[in-house]
Amino acid sequence: MHPAFSVIFLTTLIGVGQGLFLGLFTAQYYSAFKLISVENAQGFYSGGSLVALLFLFGGLGASFFHLGHPERAWRAATQWRTSWLSREVIVLPAFIFIVFVYGALYYFGWDPNLTSANLPAGQLSFLVGVAGTVVCFALFLCTGMIYGCIKFLQEWHTPLTPLNYTLLGTASGFTLAAGFAASYAPELIRFFGELAVILTLVAAVFRIWALLRNFRIKHRSTLQTAIGVRHNQIVQKAQGAMGGSFNTREYFHGRSAAFLKSMKYLFLVLTFVIPVLLLVLAMSTGINSLLGLAFAVQYLGLIAERWFFFAQARHPQNLYYQTL
Amino acid sequence: MTQLALVIDLNVCVGCHACVTSCKQWNTSGSAGPMSDDRPYGKDPTGTFFNRVQTFEVGSFPKTETVHFPKSCLHCEDPPCVPVCPTGASYKRKEDGIVLVDYDKCIGCKYCSWACPYGAREIDEHQKVMKKCTLCVDRIYDQKLPEAERKPACVLACPTSARLFGDVHDPDSMVSVAIREEGGYPLMPEWGTQPSNHYLPRRKTKMHIHEDELVRVDNPLAKEQFKVPDSDDPFLEDASSW
Ligand code: SF4
Ligand code: SF4
Repeated sequence: MHPAFSVIFLTTLIGVGQGLFLGLFTAQYYSAFKLISVENAQGFYSGGSLVALLFLFGGLGASFFHLGHPERAWRAATQWRTSWLSREVIVLPAFIFIVFVYGALYYFGWDPNLTSANLPAGQLSFLVGVAGTVVCFALFLCTGMIYGCIKFLQEWHTPLTPLNYTLLGTASGFTLAAGFAASYAPELIRFFGELAVILTLVAAVFRIWALLRNFRIKHRSTLQTAIGVRHNQIVQKAQGAMGGSFNTREYFHGRSAAFLKSMKYLFLVLTFVIPVLLLVLAMSTGINSLLGLAFAVQYLGLIAERWFFFAQARHPQNLYYQTL
Repeated sequence: MTQLALVIDLNVCVGCHACVTSCKQWNTSGSAGPMSDDRPYGKDPTGTFFNRVQTFEVGSFPKTETVHFPKSCLHCEDPPCVPVCPTGASYKRKEDGIVLVDYDKCIGCKYCSWACPYGAREIDEHQKVMKKCTLCVDRIYDQKLPEAERKPACVLACPTSARLFGDVHDPDSMVSVAIREEGGYPLMPEWGTQPSNHYLPRRKTKMHIHEDELVRVDNPLAKEQFKVPDSDDPFLEDASSW
């Protein structure tokens, strides 16, 4: 497939926003049970929510560049019964709304206890956080299933697709949370940094698993089934268009095999190897600026990862365009 | 239930592109607006088409065969392109099974084109909506046209009658009979899309001629049997006994 930058930015940016929110809620969860303590809770949670919102809006904005008629985008919420894309169109604004409420509760310090039972304080924000977490995972599922549900795009048609969207988004969000903690809650750097390392390593395992799976993939469609002629040797002589068509532009990445391969190694190094090294280095030396660098490198890596994700998928319609 | 469809006979298609041009002519002049082109007379012409004819060469010389392959939306009975559409712009009509795009609802997200394994959908780069074959839905029911012309433009244009049009759910229709009796087959059956359009395979026309069909036994003019009599041979009068 031809990797569209609007979709690359959409999926990577909302992934970071979702991951960062999960990071915030994880911290809230731990501090509710007094396992960690956040000194500047108001600034940290509301500021963190704001950053998450910026990423989510960035992704939402990028998605509009993908549409031919963005002014009709509201219509895309109507077919949620059958279309994962429609489901995403509903869940993404819902998630943005919850993150906004979550941040606002902290910013205005409005967090009453909901029950008189002997529960820790901050019950309302905790409840909103739980709702946000559920919707956040639903959003990861929707985003991944948009690609995972197309059964003849065999590279994508695997549970690894939504799983990797979840893991990569969460890992990058936690890396950002570590960097964010450096300025708002330095006591949480280790907490987020260690989780970011673990999540990045887990994401690496599943992403490499997907790579290995796709390396051995056997495509079900062949030129023989595509035109229905049983012969081992079929050569295309004409494609039905002289100067190319939508079919030759939308479904081919247009790069050499060597470029594809170098993109693969690039994203493996940038998304997994360097951020883990930088995170470990930052935590052991205390140089906090390395945390921001780790996130920047990992985000660049994710752009390469998403590019590769699209470019690697071979659409069966390409069988009709052999002489490209 | 009705399922309108095309049956395309690869055995007689000569690859003349008459169906391509007549399709473009009819559908670019309709009420749905033009099918836009870019640089139609320039170096890299490109544009929106519902139907394209491709050419494949099968086998290696001297045992080769040229297959011209017209390709358009197959109006699948279980179309994977329809449920993925987030707006409901893509739909399959209940009454005749035609898969259509509502150009006023389409947001141009291209997701349906990813979900069609045949690459039958093309975005119109200027109107920014998804386009595909409509089976000339705006002419096959047009009461103002003579009955014989209520067919898709491509079917009418084909000089070799390689394109048949009809209801593939009616077992006695011309298309059903052709599929059944001439070995009609669907494309990429492995994805379960159940394309309504079918293709008829290349068929070799073979004749078996026996020797006795070449040489007529009782042919009075057969040179090889005609023997010029010489003078010693008995004449007919000698043999006859009157
Ligand atoms: S050929 Fe493609 S566009 Fe046409 S109905 Fe089938 S899946 Fe949909
Ligand atoms: S491009 Fe149009 S018809 Fe296709 S899925 Fe998007 S909204 Fe539906």
